[in-house]
Amino acid sequence: MSINVKDVSKSFGDFHALRDVTVDIDPGQLTAVLGPSGGGKSTLLRIIAGLETADEGTVFIDDADVTKVAARDRGIGFVFQHYAAFTHMTVWNNVAFGLKIAKVDKKRTRERVSELLNLVHLDGLADRYPSELSGGQRQRMALARALAVEPSLLLLDEPFGALDVKVRQELREWLRRLHDEVHTTTIFVTHDQSEAMEIADQIIVINNGIVEQAGAPNELYDHPANDFVMGFLGPVTTLGSALVRPHDILVSCAPGSGAYQATIERIVSLGFETRLVAAPTSGGPPVTVQLTRREIGDLDLEIGDTVYLTAHSGRKPSARQSNPIDVSRPATAQTG
Amino acid sequence: MGKYLLRYGVLTYLALLLVVPIGLVAYRTFENGIGPVWDALTSPQAISAIKLSLLITAIAVPVNVVFGVATAWFLSRRKMPVPWLVNAMINLPFAMSPVVIGLAVYQLYSRDGWIGQHLFAENIPFLFTWRAMAVATMFVSLPFVVREVLPVLDELGTEQEQAAEMLGASALQSFFRVTLPAIRWAVIYGTILTVARALGEYGAVNLVSSNVVGQTLTLPLYVQNRVSNFDPTAAYSAGLLLAVISLLILSGMTMLGRSGRKEDTV
Amino acid sequence: MLYLSLLVGLPVAALISLSLHSNAWSTVLHDQHTRAVIGFTLFVAACVAVIDLVTGVALAWVLVRDDFRGRRLVNALIDLPFALPTIVASLVLLALYGPDTPIGVHAAGTRFGVLLALLFVSLPFVTRAVQPVLLSLESDVEDAAACLGAKPWTIFRQIIFPAIRPAAVTGMALAFARVLGEYGSVVLIGGNLPHTEIASQVIANDVENGAPQAAAATGLTLIILALLVFLALGVVTRRWSRHG
Repeated sequence: MSINVKDVSKSFGDFHALRDVTVDIDPGQLTAVLGPSGGGKSTLLRIIAGLETADEGTVFIDDADVTKVAARDRGIGFVFQHYAAFTHMTVWNNVAFGLKIAKVDKKRTRERVSELLNLVHLDGLADRYPSELSGGQRQRMALARALAVEPSLLLLDEPFGALDVKVRQELREWLRRLHDEVHTTTIFVTHDQSEAMEIADQIIVINNGIVEQAGAPNELYDHPANDFVMGFLGPVTTLGSALVRPHDILVSCAPGSGAYQATIERIVSLGFETRLVAAPTSGGPPVTVQLTRREIGDLDLEIGDTVYLTAHSGRKPSARQSNPIDVSRPATAQTG
Repeated sequence: MGKYLLRYGVLTYLALLLVVPIGLVAYRTFENGIGPVWDALTSPQAISAIKLSLLITAIAVPVNVVFGVATAWFLSRRKMPVPWLVNAMINLPFAMSPVVIGLAVYQLYSRDGWIGQHLFAENIPFLFTWRAMAVATMFVSLPFVVREVLPVLDELGTEQEQAAEMLGASALQSFFRVTLPAIRWAVIYGTILTVARALGEYGAVNLVSSNVVGQTLTLPLYVQNRVSNFDPTAAYSAGLLLAVISLLILSGMTMLGRSGRKEDTV
Repeated sequence: MLYLSLLVGLPVAALISLSLHSNAWSTVLHDQHTRAVIGFTLFVAACVAVIDLVTGVALAWVLVRDDFRGRRLVNALIDLPFALPTIVASLVLLALYGPDTPIGVHAAGTRFGVLLALLFVSLPFVTRAVQPVLLSLESDVEDAAACLGAKPWTIFRQIIFPAIRPAAVTGMALAFARVLGEYGSVVLIGGNLPHTEIASQVIANDVENGAPQAAAATGLTLIILALLVFLALGVVTRRWSRHG
């Protein structure tokens, strides 16, 4: 199923959730809609689903205009962040719900539900109630339930946000494998860039109601369209007037052309990598450099040493600074 | 030391106000054996009172339950035009003296009342008959189901209903298969409270009834009627019957009060 | 919704229009007896509210903090006045405190009898309002106070009571409103005597004597008083919640 969203805008009172958003999704892909909380990603997803209606703009599914079509008629599967399990039905009845509504015959329903419970590894738990399941099990049930009616599009709204880190990791890989098996066009919303980077074929970055960039993960990481995308997808530090990735900085003990002189303030050894924090002689915020064990071994540095830093592949400051955020922190701290 | 003082002080208060009086009534009722009690309860007047009470309850309760759930649903899920007014109307029966409620119904359905005049023109007897008594009972027992169901609906949230919608369910299917099962204990508890109120109503019904024994007396009215007619056995018997029913209702309330209703939210 | 306006709105509107007939309002407000009865009703309702505050908090305390055999039964019993028809309450109290009293307390036809009946029907309000608050109170603050040398009564007065105060006052307001319009429970024990009459009885008598307009005016006065109490309650509790 191909999805085309054209010039969609949506406001809630004074708050503009989406502004002229245009997005194109190819069939069969696993797409991540990535961005900070409150940026508009869930709103976009819900507009595609039909759970919200856009103030302006159109939504096309498979080249058909569905902007005015009711959610229940769009043939879309939806998985909610907090599972939305039918608490008064067993796991079996939860998964069978959509089939019963569609009046599928009993035999076929039984086959399909068994097949799906098998797929999500909840076989033995068919007679349990959602309250008796763990978070991860509930979410797998929610997925089985959404897939039961063979939707042509699967939407997931921060599906692993309510789960423990370890479960999140497991389910994220599991979702990718599921997608590889089933090939349903899938869109999931997340604020966790590592999640998006790890499993998505395509990432759409949304911030403050507008699309910052869309493309393959590596594309966005290596060639970010602006500072916001760069900062959101990975660690950044400032060298001179450019934003650079800490692991793209070359450290030398001898001056060179275009090199910035700096004094080492801190050396943090993290086993596989070492982080240097250096204060530029010309002033400005401290520069963070990420080096491998081998690289640091070759250099033999101490606090107070003078070094010369060049960017391996830097970025010139863009004309439009979309989001001046504190950039000298590594990316992992941004996925909270 | 203070603890025991408090405990037994409180228990004594309860005993003197609640327990002993009821126990005494039970004792006095059966003072002369079961025979007179049975006779009193099976007399045609008593039977007529019991039947009338049941009839009115059977009318008032289902109406209030169905419309109560619907009202709660609309208040919770949709934007109502004047929510504060709707809320005020729901709680008004609590703030009004039963006698005043009876008076309001009386006024509306009397010969020159706004509705009463039409009924009179059609020759439909309303005021002082069971019909007016049923309406008064409906008014009085209105708030319970709404007040029980509304907070549960609010806490339930709309996610399950959205999930049902995505799975192809219509609004009605979603309501009956997903919402109603989730709120069932609140509905049941509210129904029990409504029944208790409907059965036990006195003041409002008294005002709109012709108070003719054997015809337009509900069980509570019958109790008062027997006291005025110096027939203590019948009064105590009817009173005890009502008390027993209340105790049954009370145990239903207690059982559902804690364990049952917790299931409504996971 | 249609149902609500039909069932509630219309009768109340009819009531209001009735009261505007003739000079019902001025008649009522000037009638000595009616004013005396309304005054008495307000007074006894206030007494009941205050007594209920004390007994209600004490009951809630015993049910939450104490433990004894039959506690659960007692807890269930508290709801009895909610379930018992008011006329039966009147009958029941008459049995113990009426002409055939086995304990020598003859309160029928007295103001004390009326008070008893009203205490009966208003019993659960304060208790049920305070119980959940007491349950959710964490003992840390009380423990800290005890370590600092505070005596139990001081702890209650300065720490516990402020925490339960909004719930207790809400319960009191509910009890007050309930009692203001109470009818069935005082009918038998009050004896319909002029000095034990409460407002609802005046209303009923007026209707019986063919003066429904006056009855309507009195009834609306009661409603207005009850609404004023709730308004005041809202203001006071909001002021308290601002102080956390």
